[in-house]
Amino acid sequence: MIAHAIFFYTFSIIAVVSAIMVTASKNTVHSVFFLILDFISISCLFIMIGAEFLGMIMLIVYVGAVAVLFLFVVMMLNVAQQKNQWFAGQQSSRHIPVGLIISTLIFFEIIIVIGGWKYKPEIFDINNSISQSSISNTHSLGQILYTDYIHVFQISGMILLVAMIGAIVLTFRQRSGVKRQSYIKQISRERAEGVEVLEVQSNKGVKLDD
Amino acid sequence: MIDIGLGHYLTLGAVIFSIGVIGIFLNRKNIIVILMSIELILLAVNINLVAFSIYLGDLAGQVFTLFILTVAAAEAAIGLAIIVVYFRNSGTIRVEEIDKLKG
Repeated sequence: MIAHAIFFYTFSIIAVVSAIMVTASKNTVHSVFFLILDFISISCLFIMIGAEFLGMIMLIVYVGAVAVLFLFVVMMLNVAQQKNQWFAGQQSSRHIPVGLIISTLIFFEIIIVIGGWKYKPEIFDINNSISQSSISNTHSLGQILYTDYIHVFQISGMILLVAMIGAIVLTFRQRSGVKRQSYIKQISRERAEGVEVLEVQSNKGVKLDD
Repeated sequence: MIDIGLGHYLTLGAVIFSIGVIGIFLNRKNIIVILMSIELILLAVNINLVAFSIYLGDLAGQVFTLFILTVAAAEAAIGLAIIVVYFRNSGTIRVEEIDKLKG
C-alpha cells in the first residue's frame, strides 16, 4: 500500500508538472516533449492500477505516433522560434481572467462531484474478485472487445480510415515543374521516332541540329 | 492520504482537465499548443474512465478508453493536416493573426 502511494504521487506529480509545462513552455518543441513525458507518466499509472493493455497502447499510440506527428509538424512549420508572449500585448490580457475563472470553476465543479460521490462497500468486493481472476487484463479486454463491442470496433476502424483519407486529401499538392518517370510513354516509343538512319558521305559529317 | 483510492485518480483527472482548459484560454502562441491542450483534456477523460473501470470492476470503461484513443489519434491527424494547409496558404499559425473568419 505504501509502494502504491509512493508510485501514485510520483507519477501524478510528474504528470501535473509536465501538463503545466505544456501550456507554459516558451518553446513549442519543449511543449511537445513535456506532452510526451505526460503521456508516459499517465501510462505508468495505468499499468500500475491494472490496465496494462491500455497503458501499453497509450505508449504506442500517443508517444509513438501522435507526439512524433506533433513534433514533425512543429519542426516542419518552423514555429519553434516564435517566443511566448504571455501578458505582452493589449489583446492577450482580455482572455486571461476569463480563462482563469472558467477553468477554476470547472475544476471546483469536478472536485465537488468527486467529493459528493459516495463509495459503496460492495464495490471493493467486485474489485477484489476481478483482480484475483486468473485471466489477464489484455485477455479479458479482447474477449469483450471482439464480441460485445465488435460493431463499435469496426466503426472506430472506419474513423481511422476516414481520418487517413482526409489528412492525405488535405495536404496533397500537385507541384509543377517536377520531373516524373512515365512508364507508358517509355514503353510506347516506336523505333521510327527514336532512331534515324542517315547516309554519311565521305568527309562531310552529319548535321543533327534540327 | 496513504490509502490511494478512486478519489485520488479522479482528482488527478480533474487537475489535468483544468490545466488543459487553461492552456486553451491562455495560449498566445500557435494553434499547435491548443491541439496539445485538447490532447491533455482527452487524457484526463481517459484517466477518469480507466479509474472507474478498475475500481468498479467493469471493463466497459477500458473499451471506451480505447475508442477515445482512436478518435484522439484521428483528431490529431486531421487537425495537424488543417494546420499545415493553413500555414501553407497564409504563412502564419499565430493565434492573433488567424482572423479570416472575423470571429
